[in-house]
Amino acid sequence: MGGRGAVAWAYVGFLVGLPAANLIYLAGRLGPAKLYAELSKPESLHALWLTMLTAVITVAVNTFFGVLIALSLARQKFRGRTTMSVLTDVPLTVSPVVAGFVLLTLYRPDGWLGKPLEASGIQVLNALPAIVLATLFVTLPLVTRELTPVLAQIGTEQEEAAITLGASRWQAFWRITLPSLRHGLTRGMTLTFARAIGEFGAAVVVSGNIIGQTQTMTLWVFQEATDFNYAGAYAGSVVLGVLSVVAFAWAEHARGRAHRRRRDLLTHIR
Amino acid sequence: MVILPILSLGSVAFSKGWASFWAAITRREALASISLTFQVSFLATAITALAGLWIAWTLKRREFWGKSLLEALIDLPLALPAIVGGLVLLSMYGPNGILGAFLGKHGIEVIFAKPGILLALLFVTLPLMVRTVQPVIEELEPEVEQASFTLGASRLETFMRVTLPTLLPGVATGVSLTLARALGEFGSLVLIAGNIPFRTEVAPTYVYARIESGEPEAAAAVAVALLIASIAMLLAIEYLQVRARRVGRRHGR
Repeated sequence: MGGRGAVAWAYVGFLVGLPAANLIYLAGRLGPAKLYAELSKPESLHALWLTMLTAVITVAVNTFFGVLIALSLARQKFRGRTTMSVLTDVPLTVSPVVAGFVLLTLYRPDGWLGKPLEASGIQVLNALPAIVLATLFVTLPLVTRELTPVLAQIGTEQEEAAITLGASRWQAFWRITLPSLRHGLTRGMTLTFARAIGEFGAAVVVSGNIIGQTQTMTLWVFQEATDFNYAGAYAGSVVLGVLSVVAFAWAEHARGRAHRRRRDLLTHIR
Repeated sequence: MVILPILSLGSVAFSKGWASFWAAITRREALASISLTFQVSFLATAITALAGLWIAWTLKRREFWGKSLLEALIDLPLALPAIVGGLVLLSMYGPNGILGAFLGKHGIEVIFAKPGILLALLFVTLPLMVRTVQPVIEELEPEVEQASFTLGASRLETFMRVTLPTLLPGVATGVSLTLARALGEFGSLVLIAGNIPFRTEVAPTYVYARIESGEPEAAAAVAVALLIASIAMLLAIEYLQVRARRVGRRHGR
């Protein structure tokens, strides 16, 4: 009964392997010249630039806040800690469209934050800030979830010892705690990057999807596919696919080094 | 960052009171999309659960060719952006795809039909299930099963009374993860579901369509339903993880 993995191979092959190979074949058949031509169009170049910019901002901001949230979740006992832990995970499980829509209601001209921002002349929706906010929202828990268990495990004794020996709190954190967070940080940051460049549902709702302005790479691929320009869609997919697979493999490598901890699958849910 | 946006969604959903929220969520098209979402998600979860268990089991207990390639393929849907996943399936099952053209000739519609939605959900959820049950299967010791055989139990009895209880928490976590992902899936569906009201419109694409057509109250009502469903799944996952850790400690692991 499929003793040699025949059933497993058939299922995965049909569902994932063949379709993926087929897309690579179709992209390859177009030839490098055609793929390059599609990717060097002004609108695709702009989309790629916007995607990378958003991803870099997102990784920087969410690493900073991720560390802060992880420190307070792991070290401080306060009322509503469990509630806060569950709340920070909401962006992971909620549908990306709902995530985008939630931000839309907040920042639209008559929204709670949109109104004061509008009054001071700052446009959020249909502009870069909206795309960044949406991406920040959906990647918020990734760094935190990597660091909290590590922080809880290492405790604070070593930092306290360093402080007793005359180190400042900052020195203690920088020299003692941060090095042990290295792999967790690498993993959280690579996962955040992969998720950021792949973000679609939330971005499509808040960005306005304006070609050459607020269209990210995923939105461009979507547009090309719905316009039946498959050459562009395949070219964009190859770029996104390669970037994500590299980021993902890097994240997995970092997990291997973080004492083979079990995978936290919630961070992979999307 | 999280609480304020959620409250803001609530304020839009209930801006005209409970009655208008109720009217928005019981619109025939809204109900149809919610019901389709749950039907396809449950079906996909059942299939993924069985396939995932089987695959994780084979990976652990059997030796065969190309194991690491198979593992890499299982991870691929996790790594790929959802929209790319959708395009991958479209290029295969679409009207010009190699399988799509063949199936179309035999009158089987995949793209812009329910099978396409199911396929996309199976694609994106497979790794979640396999990767959740894998560590649990690693911990199963064949010796325990053999002991059960030695004591006279049949294969079925052994599976039901020894193997299954050990696997159950892992399977339950995998099922919750799968269901949570399936209920909210959007990116891989926009290209292949077709978004036909009453036929292939799932709840997330319904929300998107209502946003695009400028009906925020209608979108908000279904969005609230999806949000509640995903918080419920999240609580289930947290509960299962906490319980698994407690059981683990009791067994001195």
